[in-house]
Amino acid sequence: MGALALVLAAAPFAFTNNYHYEIAILVMLNAVTCVGLNLLIGYAGQISLGHAGFFGLGAYGSAILTARYGWPPLAALAAATAGTALVAYVVGRPILRLKGHYLAMATLGMGIIISIILVTEERFTGGPDGMSVPPFAVAGFALAGERAWYAVCAAMLVAAVWLALNLIDSPAGRALRALHGAEIGAQVSGVDAARAKLAVFVLSAVFASVAGSAAAHYAGFITPAKAGFFHSIELVTMVVFGGMASTFGAVAGAAALTLLPQLLTVFKEYEMVMMGAVMMGTMIFMPKGLVPTLAARFAGGGRR
Amino acid sequence: MSLLVAEGLSKAFGGVHAVEEVSFAVEPGAVVSIIGPNGAGKTTLLNLLCGIYRPSAGRILVEGRDLTGRPPHEFAAAGVARTFQNLQVFFNMTALENVMVGRHRHERRSLAAAMLRPPALAREERAARAEAAELMRFVGLADWLEAPADALPYGALKRLEIARALAARPKVLLLDEPAAGLNPVETQEVNALITRLAARGITVLLVEHNMRLVMDVSDRIVVLDYGRKLAEGGAAEVRADPRVIEAYLGAEEEADAA
Amino acid sequence: MSAEFLQFLLAGLTAGAIYALVALGFTIIYNASHVINFAQGEFVMIGGMTTVSLAAAGLPLPAAIAAAVLAAAAVGLALEKFAVEPARGASVVTLIIITIGASILLRGLATLVWDKKIHALKPFSGDAPIRIGGATLAPQSLWVLGVTLVIVLLLAWFFNRTLLGKALLATSHNRLAAQLVGINVRRVLLVSFGLSAALGAIAGILTAPITFTSWDVGIMLGLKGFAAAILGGLGSGPGAIVGGLALGIVEAMGAGYVSSAYKDAIAFVVLLAVLFFLPGGLLGRRGAERV
Repeated sequence: MGALALVLAAAPFAFTNNYHYEIAILVMLNAVTCVGLNLLIGYAGQISLGHAGFFGLGAYGSAILTARYGWPPLAALAAATAGTALVAYVVGRPILRLKGHYLAMATLGMGIIISIILVTEERFTGGPDGMSVPPFAVAGFALAGERAWYAVCAAMLVAAVWLALNLIDSPAGRALRALHGAEIGAQVSGVDAARAKLAVFVLSAVFASVAGSAAAHYAGFITPAKAGFFHSIELVTMVVFGGMASTFGAVAGAAALTLLPQLLTVFKEYEMVMMGAVMMGTMIFMPKGLVPTLAARFAGGGRR
Repeated sequence: MSLLVAEGLSKAFGGVHAVEEVSFAVEPGAVVSIIGPNGAGKTTLLNLLCGIYRPSAGRILVEGRDLTGRPPHEFAAAGVARTFQNLQVFFNMTALENVMVGRHRHERRSLAAAMLRPPALAREERAARAEAAELMRFVGLADWLEAPADALPYGALKRLEIARALAARPKVLLLDEPAAGLNPVETQEVNALITRLAARGITVLLVEHNMRLVMDVSDRIVVLDYGRKLAEGGAAEVRADPRVIEAYLGAEEEADAA
Repeated sequence: MSAEFLQFLLAGLTAGAIYALVALGFTIIYNASHVINFAQGEFVMIGGMTTVSLAAAGLPLPAAIAAAVLAAAAVGLALEKFAVEPARGASVVTLIIITIGASILLRGLATLVWDKKIHALKPFSGDAPIRIGGATLAPQSLWVLGVTLVIVLLLAWFFNRTLLGKALLATSHNRLAAQLVGINVRRVLLVSFGLSAALGAIAGILTAPITFTSWDVGIMLGLKGFAAAILGGLGSGPGAIVGGLALGIVEAMGAGYVSSAYKDAIAFVVLLAVLFFLPGGLLGRRGAERV
């Protein structure tokens, strides 16, 4: 973890223009979402193909409350997060009874329904073209500029990683991992499977929601695409690519797959083809993900 | 009061009556074995007694409390622990962590506390690790303290499950064929372990095919055949029961003699 | 029956037939390989787009259609060979990402081979609307319903009367047993993918004159076809058909009587409802987990 903090602190010295900051901030916000999603997918062994929906709910929650109703951004953030958590709780209870493909499809459906609602309720959301978002301000002090946002996002990421690592190495965390390892064995050991899955589902939704709110304020703008199917798939791919059951893997995956499209714009019209090829290739040849595969390669049989 | 009571337990899967009208009671501190031919419903019975299956009929009482139809984690909370014939080991964790999960019913479940890691929690974690390590030594796994679960051989994994079950400080321990797949030396170790457990006053309900082990450790034996209770009694009684011999022991005795 | 109701019903049946074909494709692949093929919608797209460009290049329509179906089948075979087979035994999430990656790849290729514009195919037999009891029906709809019926009958014959069809069924019930009786499971997988692709392509061709076609037409159609398969019962052929038709009708009625803005959401609400209340679908089976 110290290494992460060091990297985050040192990186800006390599940045030569605002664009670098922008990318870094994008990476960090995706990473926060992915750390949460990784708890759900990698550690608890569930799936979610609709997590961008929570990202979108957080973003639009903050956006609508501040832009249309004039709420102070901090209060809006709290309300949006609480609202998203509530949605995750209500939707999660029936959904998490499902397993495997059915669970994947249910989360997919949920995510798409959320994104359709965001597109259709134009009066609130500005429709498919999105809406603008006022800057994040606390007590009259506005958060503006790349450097300030970089610092805030870096702090968010460090906090997210710290919370996640603590959770993994705790009784609650072991319970989740046990559920993934052998669900019946875990239940017989006293783990309330339904409650545990729901808890981690809501938690990962909260991570996504907070990242979404931050993204909305940072960009000053939000579109429904951020809540859409593709963003959900991107997030899952980042988690799986980086390495499931590895918090740093999730961060690495977010970094790699956020940077990749930027690099791929070089290919212009081949971008989609390359993206699809990368997704397929990494899953076929490195199904454990980047970080665990590399760790095994260099350590000659690394830890799980 | 009996620790564990099964009253008229039945479980049907469609047309298959895996368990039919089985009743018996387990007294505190006793070692009770359940024997019978394959397909007699022994594992199904164990699954019923820890909440994995819901009975089609009948009742289950743990320390007098009716837990019929409750989910497995409530049985665990009531003090029922169980090991599995086909292993339900958490291969994605270390051996020590497997045992630590067994403690779950005594631990703090809150996610918030877990994430913030207050000093009290850190202290509890250290204590939990120490206790888990102690249990691993108790079952003879001192060599594997630092190992990932998937590095353990089969015999060790069976003992790991017992350690995990013990971590729950159970009132009654359900062991599903603990000696299956073990060589004679390992089987002796399991035998000794069960005796040690009984000496500590832990109530044990044991499903086993290995008759030597069963006769050695059991206070009482329940015999199942085709899902029904065929006979019940002490070791000598059951061994001499003609119905039991016909259904199950006959072939066994010949094999033993040979 | 009011004219309006009839109109919605006919529109729903037409869309439903398309969903049924796509759902059948999902089902055949799922049965053979337990893979949810997210690229199924792209076969629909390939069918429509290939036909449009070949017809525009001067090929007579029947030839263009045949070529398009074959092209899609070839893509299906390639998908099995290069994406699914190397990933044998991978986890559910991994397989899902692979097929989604494949669908992105195919869409990217589509923008390169063709373009990002919307294309129309000429209706097979003109577009003079037919009047039925106060509602109007486009002749193309009759093609859709008729061809779908023929295909369903052909498939029934294939699965029940031919050795290859029975081999597919056997593999879907118990792969190991099928191998043990000498069925070449690898070949069964390839045939399944090819067949599914062909079905998807036919759906795309049939619907292109009505709903037009473009590089990204496969996304929604694929997802809705999938919802239809789940509605009917994942793994059930008749279920796919029933699910497809039912979904089409529910969607049309919902869009007509409740809210047309949320038309696309209807399929997913149905999906969630089925998964919550009847995961086996209308015609599917229930299973229990053995310990």
